[in-house]
Amino acid sequence: MLAFSYVVAPHAETALSLVCGGSNATFIAGGTDILQLLQEGVIAPPSLIDINALPFSGVQTEQGEARIGALTRLSDVADDPGIRQRFPLLVQALQETASPQVRNMATVGGNLLQRTRCLYFRDATVPCNKRQPGSGCPAWDGLNRINAIFGGSDRCIAANPGDMAVALLALDADLLVQNVEGERRMRLADLYRMPDENPQHETTLASGELITAVLLPSNEAAGHSYYLKVRDRASFEWALVSVAAALEMDGTRVHRARIVAGGVGTKPWRLMRVEEALQGRPLTPDLARQAGNRAGDGAAPRAGNAFKVPMLQRAVERALLTAGGIA
Amino acid sequence: MDSQGPLPSTPASRFDIGLIVNGTSHRLAVDARTTLLDALRDRLHLTGTKRGCDLGQCGACTVLLEGRRINACLTLAVMVHGRAITTIEGIATDGELHPMQTAFVQHDAFQCGYCTPGQIMSAIGLLNESRTTDEATIREHMSGNICRCGAYTNIVAAVRDAAARGS
Amino acid sequence: MNSVVGQPISRVDGPAKVTGHAIYAAEFNLRNMVHAALVHSTIAHGRIDQLDTRDAEQEPGVLAVISHLNAERLPYEPLEKRPPVDPKAGEQLHVFQGPEILFVGQPIAVVIAETVEQARTAAALVQVAYHEQVATTEVRHDRAQPPTEASSKAGRGGGSRGDAEKAFAKAPVKVDMWCSHDREHHNAVEPHATIAEWFGDHLTLYDKSQWVDNVRSEIAHVFGMPAENIRVVSPFVGGAFGSALRTWPHVTIAALAARQVGRAVRLELTRRELYVSVGYRPRTEQHMQLGAEADGRLVAIIQDAVAPTSVYEEYAERTADPVLRTYSCPNVQARYRLAPVNANTPCPMRAPGIATGVMALEIAMDELADGLGMDPIELRLRNYAENDEAKGVPWSSKALRECYQTAADRFLWSRRSAPPRSMRNGRLLIGYGMATAFYPAERAPASVQAILYANDTAVVRTASSDMGPGTYTAMTQLAADTLGLPIERVHFELGDTEMPKAPVHGGSMTLASVGTAVVDACKALMANLPAGEMAEGHGARLRRAGLESLTATGHSEPGDEANKYSSAGFGAVFAEVWVDPDFGTVRVPRIVGAYDVGRVINPKIARSQCLGGMVGGIGMALMEQAEWDARLGRVMNANLAEYLVPVNADVTDLDVTFVRSSDEIFNPLGAKGLAEIALCGVAPAIANAVYHATGKRVRHLPIMPEKLLVD
Ligand SMILES: Cc1cc2nc3c(=O)[nH]c(=O)nc-3n(C[C@H](O)[C@H](O)[C@H](O)COP(=O)(O)OP(=O)(O)OC[C@H]3O[C@@H](n4cnc5c(N)ncnc54)[C@H](O)[C@@H]3O)c2cc1C
Ligand code: FES
Ligand code: FES
Repeated sequence: MLAFSYVVAPHAETALSLVCGGSNATFIAGGTDILQLLQEGVIAPPSLIDINALPFSGVQTEQGEARIGALTRLSDVADDPGIRQRFPLLVQALQETASPQVRNMATVGGNLLQRTRCLYFRDATVPCNKRQPGSGCPAWDGLNRINAIFGGSDRCIAANPGDMAVALLALDADLLVQNVEGERRMRLADLYRMPDENPQHETTLASGELITAVLLPSNEAAGHSYYLKVRDRASFEWALVSVAAALEMDGTRVHRARIVAGGVGTKPWRLMRVEEALQGRPLTPDLARQAGNRAGDGAAPRAGNAFKVPMLQRAVERALLTAGGIA
Repeated sequence: MDSQGPLPSTPASRFDIGLIVNGTSHRLAVDARTTLLDALRDRLHLTGTKRGCDLGQCGACTVLLEGRRINACLTLAVMVHGRAITTIEGIATDGELHPMQTAFVQHDAFQCGYCTPGQIMSAIGLLNESRTTDEATIREHMSGNICRCGAYTNIVAAVRDAAARGS
Repeated sequence: MNSVVGQPISRVDGPAKVTGHAIYAAEFNLRNMVHAALVHSTIAHGRIDQLDTRDAEQEPGVLAVISHLNAERLPYEPLEKRPPVDPKAGEQLHVFQGPEILFVGQPIAVVIAETVEQARTAAALVQVAYHEQVATTEVRHDRAQPPTEASSKAGRGGGSRGDAEKAFAKAPVKVDMWCSHDREHHNAVEPHATIAEWFGDHLTLYDKSQWVDNVRSEIAHVFGMPAENIRVVSPFVGGAFGSALRTWPHVTIAALAARQVGRAVRLELTRRELYVSVGYRPRTEQHMQLGAEADGRLVAIIQDAVAPTSVYEEYAERTADPVLRTYSCPNVQARYRLAPVNANTPCPMRAPGIATGVMALEIAMDELADGLGMDPIELRLRNYAENDEAKGVPWSSKALRECYQTAADRFLWSRRSAPPRSMRNGRLLIGYGMATAFYPAERAPASVQAILYANDTAVVRTASSDMGPGTYTAMTQLAADTLGLPIERVHFELGDTEMPKAPVHGGSMTLASVGTAVVDACKALMANLPAGEMAEGHGARLRRAGLESLTATGHSEPGDEANKYSSAGFGAVFAEVWVDPDFGTVRVPRIVGAYDVGRVINPKIARSQCLGGMVGGIGMALMEQAEWDARLGRVMNANLAEYLVPVNADVTDLDVTFVRSSDEIFNPLGAKGLAEIALCGVAPAIANAVYHATGKRVRHLPIMPEKLLVD
């Protein structure tokens, strides 16, 4: 890795001023993705701003909206009693994320901003539009087993690899973001950008903006939610396909459903068609199957990842059955 | 600078840092880019902490940071300035093996031994997390440590044994 | 005194390993040591046009940047006799001797700097311009050629008996299929590393090696220097599985760099670099044809295997062996062909070639059993080879029937319902599958020194290695028993060219070869022990004779038993799988193996080896796959996150039994060797179980979910 400078930001203001204005400085939180990218020469920032001293750590779940500080470690979120009680979906997603060691280090903010696992992005010696705009996308016609079936373009089909974001989106989370002008609130759904022409731009955050917290609205889905992660080996692997299902039930009827898929989209992918199919209907095995079949609508798979369509359909079906308690 | 003193308040690429490793304070000069793993192995010559991948993907470098297991390869040394690290060299007391070490020997929970320090530190970290210690839980919570020699079943047996003995 | 041989004692090197005190190659702390980092070619074929090292040289801490532009010319003297671990034809990669590029990842320069960080940074700053040429990055069957005579003579070609084509054509029952396994990388957790230090014209290498004597001899030839001037040290090896058999280019580079900068140099490869630096198990495609009578007796076996090799060396393996020797069959034809590609040379990986051949044969046998509606064990018993029909000699021992029986009983095979897709647990499909395991047993010459001291301790040493199978422990047990000393009083040393010569720590022959020599040396000591009272200890006798110590050497080598008999380890492996039909994911809740490996010196450690083989087999069957991009000529998942190996959660119940056996024809110890056989058979047993579970035959390993999902 190339040399860089480093400083611990004592206040958010310092952190923001050091990173804004085209300095290319980068925040480091848990460091678990940054270090991989540095070691492999995928990024070479001139300077790292350590944000761990900022007061953005901790979980509040007492009542109403829950708040998770962006610097809270994944393991602390997963072990928090309030989160366990109110948001088991999130806990499941976190328990299947990475390894215990990584979860002890990785932060919520960093997790939302982890970069893709696309094989071409992670090998600095080959072309990749995301890493080196304009150099091409070898994944399009190449090894694309782990790439996206939704939201890609011939510029980029890199999948967003995260688990937590999938669950958070199903829980309709918001983010608190801080910049030099102050704090703003945004929907998590608005964080990620589609690759389109510019796959190097992955989020709607302006350079130098800090995520300070994740906000989770109260919901009635805790008793009817499920995170299903399908992977090749039994643990310690990103998702081939994952599904977060959060159902608010009215008796046996689906009052409101939020169904989000991971491992399949260039961003965490909300499955609107599935949600529509469920809306207002009694949840039965038949409905779960029908709704699951809608999960592939609009998919544009490539040769290596066409299997993700049926896999996703069945994963949605299974997640619905389990969330609905009729598995 | 003493080992607890603050780091410079402006960006720098060289640092004098303090690390408390196995209860002993060390001062050392590192680059910003020096990982904790490199600092332990190459600077402090504590080579019990192993390097397998440098990418968080194998677990060989597992150490405890204030009792919690982490990957030393994903940690910049400067980020743990002034903090307490426990490595495999620091768990035996007065020449007596830690119960987890004894259990690993008795259950033959390794072959080449290269992943072993990481497995043991991870297992101690697991017990610190006070989870249940049924087989399935151990398997899942030890899955961040790859053993290419394939000693997994013996590792699970060793961890259960050490847990039962209240290590 | 009670015998310790055959006892399940704990590893003697256990305490060193669990405390972190065992020192592996990269961990020797030499004074004034500096660090090296490699620069690799990013094209698959061509020449370096320009190599600009100016920026790299300006980096702080950089001592030198060495490339073909300024490296010393190395003689690379040909070896009179190639070691068995090297390819038999072609020429090893010559480092920094010219601008030619033969594969992506070829080392083209090395940076030496005060710290690793500085060296790696500077390496990234070396600018290279290439003249690219067309590269061959795919195996073309039409270009594949049989191996050269040199390879064939070494047993790495094909073979035949009878007229297999004719017999196949007439056979009433047939299996005809293609199968393959993907390219696998050893991925030992310890990366390869070398530290080199010169003292005048003497060189010391601390290297990750399964064979220090070979490193010494190859480096002597590369540098054109006397072997006596080289010392190679390798006390602990963090797993290797074959990747540390050869002397790889990075060893030469470390020595070259150390000479140029006049300091000790450490070169530690990164995980990504391992994929281009130390070989791999080549993806092998096999056309298998079995012909049988209606009663299941085989009348013809035809194998046509095609594998890649590099453009500069011919790496061939014993893919034909299992086909020629596992079953009784009058007509066998095994063809083996190689196609050169622009890639680094493959190399042996645990049970090289054999595991590949066993896989194809055992999947084919399962298909045959299925076609005949016959129990797979019964089919194998009907074709039981009482002799080695390839060599026309009897087996020195064979207890394979007992293996089938024991493993089947322990597995509860009788509970299997024969039709595919007929066993379920809720939504999960359950499958039972089995396979035969086979691995030839071999020995090679070995020498050992044993020293007895007046304080009643002994030191026994030889230049062998212990990459995990327990050489330290087994040898200590043998020595302790032969000397009549308690095990704590015997100290066994290995991994240093200063010690008596030992054969390569590979091919599962360490125990049979080195162990026999250990016993020989210790017997010699006992024979020379000064006379004394019955109850008198060894030390007392030495003291009375005025001796501080007594030294003896021992030796062993194969005798003519190898001409009169064939020797091999055998086993039966049974696997249960659970397949989720919705996702195509396969989990392996249990594997049962029973093995005939001759006498077992330490059942605890031997069992561990078998457990390891089972885990390796799970990897081979279900997940290990180097993803090769032919357009870019490289492995794209060159890490441990996307190249998947089994993790703890993938492994549940593993059951190992050694059937009673001892093979004193093969060697006086009665031990036939373990390690490699433990891998053979596991992957096909799993593949066969997947078929039984799903009714879908996946013949191309690994069985990733998509192969079960998409028809
Ligand atoms: C071996 C391995 C396996 C893994 N497996 C999984 C898996 O199965 N599922 C999964 O979801 N993830 C997995 N991960 C990814 C892991 O979860 C992420 O690396 C981690 O969550 C990132 O968090 P961090 O705090 O370490 O981020 P860092 O590495 O510190 O930062 C990541 C990015 O986020 C930015 N950043 C961090 N915090 C903030 C903030 N508050 N505001 C603005 N920007 C910020 C940084 O600038 C950087 O760009 C795995 C990682 C490893 C190493
Ligand atoms: S070296 Fe840190 S996880 Fe592999
Ligand atoms: S003991 Fe060798 S890798 Fe675990």
